[in-house]
Amino acid sequence: MAFENLTDRLTNIFSNLGHKGKLTEDDVNQALREVRMALLEADVNFKLVKDFITKVKAKAIGEEILSSLTPAQTVVKIVNEELTDMMGSETTEIVLKPAGDISVIMMVGLQGAGKTTTAAKLAGKFKSSGRTPVLVACDIYRPAAIDQLRVNAEKVNVPFFSLGDKVDPVEIARRAIAEAKEKHYNVVILDTAGRLQIDEKLMVELQNIKKAVPVQWTVLTVDAMTGQEAVNVAETFTSKVGIDGVILTKCDGDTRGGAALSIKAMTGKPILYLGMGEKLDDLEQFHPDRMAGRILGMGDVLSLIEKVEKNIDEEKSRESMGKLTRGKFDYNDFMDQMDQMTKLGGLGGILKMLPGLSGLGDIDMDDTEKQLGKVRAIIQSMTAKERANPDLINPSRKRRIANGAGVDIAEVNRIVKQFEQMRKMMKQFGGAMRSKHGRGGLGGLGGLGNLGGFGRGGKFPF
Amino acid sequence: MANFFSKLINNIFQSNEVADDDFYESLEDAMIMSDVGVNTTLKIIDAVRTEADRQGVNTTREVKKILRDYLYELMRVDDSYYDFEKQKSIISVIGVNGVGKTTSIGKMANNFKVKGKRVILAAADTFRAGAIEQLKEWGKRIDVDVIAQREGSDPAAVVFDALQSFKSKNADLLIIDTAGRLHNKKNLMQELGKINRIIDKEFAEGYRETLVVLDATTGQNAMSQAQIFKDACEVTGIILTKMDGTAKGGIALAVQSELGLPVKYIGVGEKASDLRRFDAREYVDSIFED
Repeated sequence: MAFENLTDRLTNIFSNLGHKGKLTEDDVNQALREVRMALLEADVNFKLVKDFITKVKAKAIGEEILSSLTPAQTVVKIVNEELTDMMGSETTEIVLKPAGDISVIMMVGLQGAGKTTTAAKLAGKFKSSGRTPVLVACDIYRPAAIDQLRVNAEKVNVPFFSLGDKVDPVEIARRAIAEAKEKHYNVVILDTAGRLQIDEKLMVELQNIKKAVPVQWTVLTVDAMTGQEAVNVAETFTSKVGIDGVILTKCDGDTRGGAALSIKAMTGKPILYLGMGEKLDDLEQFHPDRMAGRILGMGDVLSLIEKVEKNIDEEKSRESMGKLTRGKFDYNDFMDQMDQMTKLGGLGGILKMLPGLSGLGDIDMDDTEKQLGKVRAIIQSMTAKERANPDLINPSRKRRIANGAGVDIAEVNRIVKQFEQMRKMMKQFGGAMRSKHGRGGLGGLGGLGNLGGFGRGGKFPF
Repeated sequence: MANFFSKLINNIFQSNEVADDDFYESLEDAMIMSDVGVNTTLKIIDAVRTEADRQGVNTTREVKKILRDYLYELMRVDDSYYDFEKQKSIISVIGVNGVGKTTSIGKMANNFKVKGKRVILAAADTFRAGAIEQLKEWGKRIDVDVIAQREGSDPAAVVFDALQSFKSKNADLLIIDTAGRLHNKKNLMQELGKINRIIDKEFAEGYRETLVVLDATTGQNAMSQAQIFKDACEVTGIILTKMDGTAKGGIALAVQSELGLPVKYIGVGEKASDLRRFDAREYVDSIFED
């Protein structure tokens, strides 16, 4: 079930309005009803939503609609600002003691929140920054929890400490510290048992561990998909055990993660990292502003922009755009464009970051990427001359190319035909652009021009 | 199950004599706070309001009865929903990571065993570290055979093995633990499709039951999970876990109302016996008890 993008919703509401002037109370009320819906669908705590709406309302009424923005965008801007404000503006990370000291991190949270996996991810992270972490199995209750931690420790190549499931977790923690001293480990990560926050006995166990060993960071692991319950969980762990920060797990799904906002607002504790999935290297830094966008269903446009900036080779793009507008477009350029796209993490990666596409149920990404691979193979089977001079390609060359790429000749024919069509189109397009803006007017992101075609029909332009 | 949700709703009913706009609004709030979700909440409130108008009643007491009847009807589970328990059935259990899939399977196997059934478990979650061990641990604990291969092996091959064992031992129920990966629908469909084809080939006469496990603490994303699984295969019911916390499990109303998937079992604790059949009357009544 893909949630509708808030901007789209608001645009619909405001479609009858002009684009200038001030926001009236009526406009704002209508808009905020949609905002409320969006926040609740994202599982932001109900009471928080109420307070938030009141606050935004006061701010929005009478707000000047900026000339460059539509009324919908104006409301979204205010909502986004307020939300970002609530999420906090700073990025906080776990700061360890100097390498000579032992830093103790205790992982706590409900069952199934992803503590064990996250513990291993943290260990891997510290290891790659030059520390010597050890993973300690203090969950003696869940069957195979110890095994899971052991396997994960092996995977991230970090030492593992366990005394089996018969020794008291407090004692395990104590002995782990002794072991760390002896073996010069400087980060001790305690994986504790998952529990319901109403489980008094286990809460006491956490308190006792904290009394027995010098825990520096108590990290609450919360499933990003948690509903209204998130606040209770965070509040109880805060009051019973005390927490220093939060890691939000399972952020790789299509969940909007309103829990992040609830927890931050209710506990005032920073969100440290986002866990993205099962792979042990995917712990991401938390960016409050981006989370705000995600909660509103506006996609991670910022991340996309950043990615694009980092990966697109501007020179190359400009070069092929230049050629293009002169009506010269060969298989090399074609290949370049494809490579640029792959650098961005493939089609799937890009589309997922775009608003409204995060659900992505129906576009068959695997097939699409497979298709891309085939096209690549065909082009790679051409000689350098053929690539630079597409007109050289005759039937006998096509046969050779097909053999080289391991495809049917019909496939080669199809690619050649589509390439020719594209080239023709580009020529016309290029001509029009030249007369209008001069050469190469599309700038650095020109290479992305091709992308438009994918999203729309799910079909390739070639 | 007298929980926060029930207390809240009771307060609303007690503090309002006449069912006016304010009353309905606070009812709406309470349901949203229980993860029922905005759409389902509005739908239920709307239906209740319409019915109240039709009957010409407007006291909170009368409206309460209408709401109770509505929810009971919505959540009702026929005995026939459990027919698979009495036959030779292949039960596939699916769900995202961390919802309590493996634990629910262990408990379910225990329930069947206590009833004198011969049960076999298939460790087809070959992906998550420790999943196989966890299931084996359960097998040991309740003395039930677990068919497993190594981590990373082909789930369909595990199912194949399990089916051979199932047939040769003339067992009654085979429960398959599947991987909880949700990264993309296509892989999921492929994996489940492959498992189903193996069953078709090896034991087509078996009764099929496919249960999706949902965590009662999950919010609106539970809908999305249920929807994806429903698209990927023929889901026959829901297991709602972690109902022993303070989570309200209101998402069950949404899943039933929007997707038509009945809750068949609820998980209420850590013990092997802590998986029960879902009782709609108990669930709905608990909403209203003090």
